[in-house]
Amino acid sequence: MKKFIIAISALFIFGAGCKSDSDYLDIKPTQVLSTELAFSDPAQVLSILADLYNRQYDYPRLTEWVTLGDFNEAFYSQNDQYNNYHGNSTWDFRGYKGPDFEGRPAYFWTPWDYKYIRELNLFMERCAAGTALDEPTKALYIAEARFLRASYYFTLTQYYGGVPLILSSLEFNGGDVTALQFPRKKESEMYDFVIKESEELKVLLPANANTKARATKGAALAMEARAALYAASIAKYGATTPSVSLSGGEVGIPAGMANGYYTTALRAAEEIITGGAGAYSLYKKQPANLSENFAAIFYDKTQNNEVIWADDYALKFKRHGFTQVNQPRFGAEEEEGGRINPSLNLVQSFEKLDNTFEPLATNDINGNFIYYTNQQDIFAGRDARLGGTVIIPGSSFKSRPVDIWAGVQLADGTVISGSERGAQKVLPGKTVPEQVVGFDGPISGIEHSAQTGFYIRKYQDPAIGSGQRGVGSAVWRVRYRFAEVLLNAAEAAFELGQTALAANYMNEVRSRAGLTVPLTAGDINFDRVVHERRVEFAFEGEYFFDLKRFRIAHKIFDGVALSKADLLSNLSKATKRSTQPYGLLPYKFYAPGSPNNGKWIFKVDLSNKVTASDNWQLGNYYSQIEADILTKNPKLVKQPNQ
Amino acid sequence: MKIKFQYILSFALIASAVSCKKDNFEEPKAALTGRIVYQGEPLNFEYNKVSYELYQPGFGKTGPISSIFTPEGAFSHLLFDGNYKMVVPLGQGPFVWKQTADGKPDSVAISLKGNTSLDIEVMPYFMIRTPAFAYSGGKVSGTCKLEQIVTGANARTVERVTLYISKTRFADSQTNVATANVAGLAIPDLNNVSLNVTVPALVPAQNYVFASIGVKFSGADDMIFSPVVKLTF
Repeated sequence: MKKFIIAISALFIFGAGCKSDSDYLDIKPTQVLSTELAFSDPAQVLSILADLYNRQYDYPRLTEWVTLGDFNEAFYSQNDQYNNYHGNSTWDFRGYKGPDFEGRPAYFWTPWDYKYIRELNLFMERCAAGTALDEPTKALYIAEARFLRASYYFTLTQYYGGVPLILSSLEFNGGDVTALQFPRKKESEMYDFVIKESEELKVLLPANANTKARATKGAALAMEARAALYAASIAKYGATTPSVSLSGGEVGIPAGMANGYYTTALRAAEEIITGGAGAYSLYKKQPANLSENFAAIFYDKTQNNEVIWADDYALKFKRHGFTQVNQPRFGAEEEEGGRINPSLNLVQSFEKLDNTFEPLATNDINGNFIYYTNQQDIFAGRDARLGGTVIIPGSSFKSRPVDIWAGVQLADGTVISGSERGAQKVLPGKTVPEQVVGFDGPISGIEHSAQTGFYIRKYQDPAIGSGQRGVGSAVWRVRYRFAEVLLNAAEAAFELGQTALAANYMNEVRSRAGLTVPLTAGDINFDRVVHERRVEFAFEGEYFFDLKRFRIAHKIFDGVALSKADLLSNLSKATKRSTQPYGLLPYKFYAPGSPNNGKWIFKVDLSNKVTASDNWQLGNYYSQIEADILTKNPKLVKQPNQ
Repeated sequence: MKIKFQYILSFALIASAVSCKKDNFEEPKAALTGRIVYQGEPLNFEYNKVSYELYQPGFGKTGPISSIFTPEGAFSHLLFDGNYKMVVPLGQGPFVWKQTADGKPDSVAISLKGNTSLDIEVMPYFMIRTPAFAYSGGKVSGTCKLEQIVTGANARTVERVTLYISKTRFADSQTNVATANVAGLAIPDLNNVSLNVTVPALVPAQNYVFASIGVKFSGADDMIFSPVVKLTF
């Protein structure tokens, strides 16, 4: 038996071993695709392009909920992290504001990824050299990669100002490394580059309003309008913060260039508005329910003419858990939800239908509580976008009413509440315990409950299963939409002195939200422009860049505690202080025999978890360039406050 | 097989003889300490706010040792002997740091040999003069004079003066139990700044608070502070 085994193994050894050495060492690895192979097949090229699309940098992003609710537009409902989110008054110069969802320190404002730019450049070069694709496809793919590169440089500019502009792949030949070190461009040159690329790309990319996830003429023009507008406002409002600039122009744009950029922004936006890039229009499919209509912009993917470019998701392939972590906790599809709790600061800034600003009426002029039959009554007669952005008490999500109330208030002012969701207690004069607090809270310090009295509605997915970990949500992250084009045009027109035109564009967006009393040319001012963007694009990321480019962040977050009186006054002002996130808590009134028994009262509330008053430093306007990047390239100049 | 004791012993001996090679670097021993002062008078800052950088040129590395002044405006390092350069980055601190002709922060040369103490003179925008705090009837009052130091192109205006009270020695914008603010424009006389704030319920109860006054300047992130004072009720 042993001999047999030896003989057989000897045979195997001879059989397998007797290969010539050169052949033996020349085996192609099966898991690595060579460049020639990758670019020899149209499907492969497309998949490489898809990867490049996936690597665009978004802030906020749906995969990380903490990126959405910063700047006191929301309260973060997460145990053990309150001190990081609400006890921490400053942002790091790299955008650190507490840990990410896994508890690691997160720097959200540092997109510096030149590997991505290199791969975009390589893609364009290899695609051009490849032979597998026909010429029109090749030209289209290269144009798409160019669009992605311009878009990414735009992103970098938003965070850092001027950065090195690398437009072809660089190779290290083993010699002088300084040949690979490039200095920063001027901030204005970055925006000029994005505008120039957009102008060239708009004729190369298809004018197709039905393409959402890939670059189109509409996306190029929308990017041009946004970039020109940002450049213009930095030129104009950057003058108010002279210390936020560098003598070489890497940060800061001369004020004289503002008008030129505003003109470019208006022209590019109007090219989309007049239909030059395809049939884009505001989403108005559900005229009977304007709030639902507004929310549907973000989840309705069929024939949605509003969305111009989006980071698309598809169940089973690319999905996120945004609904899972933010859904109303009561009756949720998973044992979690309710992370982002929009603040009263945001909620009260939605206008009344007569275009005026007023805090939510909790008390009458004598200081007595106002009693409401239904919870939603206090929010009646307001901008319909409120209900599309925020889940208010008494409303429903996925056809299920939310249960938001903080406790029971007795006639003598005593409050009876519980320390867990849906807690029960015996009310005076009764013998049986009954529910004294909503199943969705709010209970201070209890995560998943609506601690400000509100949940987020925008980007939540009404599809069944979207709140389950195993299913997830395919709601897309909208990057450019038609309403922004309109508001960009309105802002540019306002800055160019064409206030009537600005009012026209702004009214289009406002009437979709039920604000049918038109604004006149005289109504348009800086506060209006800033406010309209804040409520229309709440939680979409625009607010962050608006804070920066208008140079108003250091006034809004001035490190001084926000008093209740401050909170409730000057609602229309763009530079209104907002250093702490407030809440509005509903209480059920219990006074048997009184006509108000069972009605609702509301109290303005600041959670005891909010201990810090946010302080925006001038150094936050431009992200710090990290030390290792500076060390690798001595030609980079530091940021103004670095 | 039997393991014999002498094998283990000799093995252990050889191992210890071979491995005990001295491989540690000598630790840095020279202490560099100092304060940020104006005419010899120390400046007070906020905790974790005003940063500075130390460079040691000549080793091929361009990165700095970054650190932050203490609330008392002090710094301390244990370093090797050698030549260092200290820089306060632009925009840091409630004071003017000298700049070179091309707009970069100028450096202070430090030649370190043994323990060295070094005070660095700067020009603060304003000095807080004669700060005084008092507690009475559940309230803390603070008064001070503000003396303008920097004039001309680099002059800054007072944006706000804040009285901070805190349960701990850190009484600043990040750690406090109550604050009182007055906007710079609302101060009629900078020689007579007066603030008062009600002491809230302290949990757990204590019969003292710490107080300090901070001044914020327009166009500068970091505030200048008076020394923190303990007030016992």
